Amino acid sequence: MPQGVAVETVGLGRRFGRRWALAEVTLSIPRGLRVMLTGRNGSGKTTLLRVVSSVLSPDRGTVRVCGRDVVKEREDVRHDIALLGHASGHYEALTALQNLQVAARFLGQDASRPALLERLAAYGLAARADDAVSTFSAGMRKRLALARTMMQPAAVVLLDEPYGELDVDGFALVDGLLERMRAEGRTVLMSTHLLERGRELCDHAVALEGGRLTWAGPAEDMPLPSSWSERQRGAA
Amino acid sequence: MNELLAALGKDLLLQWRTRTQAVAVFVFGAAALLLFSFASGPTAELLRRQAAGFLWLGLMLCSTLALADSFQSESEQRAMEALLLLPASARALYYGKAIANWVQLTLLGVALVPLMVVLYDAGTRRVVPLLGVIMLGSAGLSAPGTLYAGMTAQMRARQTLLPLLLFPLVVPVLLSSVKATSLILTGDPMGQARSWTTLLAAFDAIYWSLCGLVFPKVVEE
Repeated sequence: MPQGVAVETVGLGRRFGRRWALAEVTLSIPRGLRVMLTGRNGSGKTTLLRVVSSVLSPDRGTVRVCGRDVVKEREDVRHDIALLGHASGHYEALTALQNLQVAARFLGQDASRPALLERLAAYGLAARADDAVSTFSAGMRKRLALARTMMQPAAVVLLDEPYGELDVDGFALVDGLLERMRAEGRTVLMSTHLLERGRELCDHAVALEGGRLTWAGPAEDMPLPSSWSERQRGAA
Repeated sequence: MNELLAALGKDLLLQWRTRTQAVAVFVFGAAALLLFSFASGPTAELLRRQAAGFLWLGLMLCSTLALADSFQSESEQRAMEALLLLPASARALYYGKAIANWVQLTLLGVALVPLMVVLYDAGTRRVVPLLGVIMLGSAGLSAPGTLYAGMTAQMRARQTLLPLLLFPLVVPVLLSSVKATSLILTGDPMGQARSWTTLLAAFDAIYWSLCGLVFPKVVEE
């Protein structure tokens, strides 16, 4: 595996029952790049992110993150990755502040109220810091999930539809986080349906269709979804 | 050790924030004790002899509700998965939750004792030994119970599966707890309570060691 590769999958396959959610996915993501992962609903984007994050094990092929195998070196891989998933990962009964406190204590970070209030303020949640997450809207949950994900000093950040449920300010927040991660040299693999935005913000793009890799290359050259279909029909 | 303290703090905080559920579990236990007394009949001597058994049956039934609740908050938004990715040690998460469940079951058991005294006329002055047996018995329920609650948390039939898996495994704990409690309540002229308590402690040690080893396999895919 080359030194500069953050994520590498070779012949990756993952199935649920009889259905292969991912099949023969081979890709290589250099360190420090922002990569857009796109494709229709059910194309395998979330499964790919969850396999790369080590939450799911591959049924075929191998996945390496920063040179480490996600199955054999799972514990080590988890120091290198952070995942923003579809589920918020919060405790509904706890407040926003308490949820961040739990994460900070496990990460060995400053779990004091002032430090966490400052963090919540950066995500527009300071006014609701002491409210239970069960009272939050979907957008607020997403903001809190972003705050927790960004607490992890991970080299590879996996974002599953980070713009989902967010308002206009939230979009700007995610744009800013992507810029910050670029400046910090972190690798980002982000699934999104916002193709124009993704093309502007990302360096590379990867497209999945039916669990298979259908396109990979510079983000600005990525064709529109209709073109993928034509390409697929042509290939068939 | 820091991770264990973080996990324990998180689970105790969760229990405090959802304490109304604990009250509901206590009411369920109290209702069970009341129904057992009706089923047993009005004979005072018979009730007194069966008090220890009914107390532990009530606590065991309550434990399935409390243990299942303890994983509800972990699975509804994949919170435990998020902690594992921080990364938090699965073993620390297990022991944190098992200790928190142990505390909850002990408190529940202690809260049921006055009811047992009133309903079954089974009072005792040997409060400290009784508290010790309740603590040991609760530990024997919480260690395997936390493991099985974790295993069944994502399953549709978890409410049925948890007692089906747990009850056969905790039979030795139940027997030892009932015998030790009964000897404390009704008198122990032969000094047998110590043997039963030692047996209970031995089962606790086995469960707490083995379940901690198995849990990481259970929560990872």
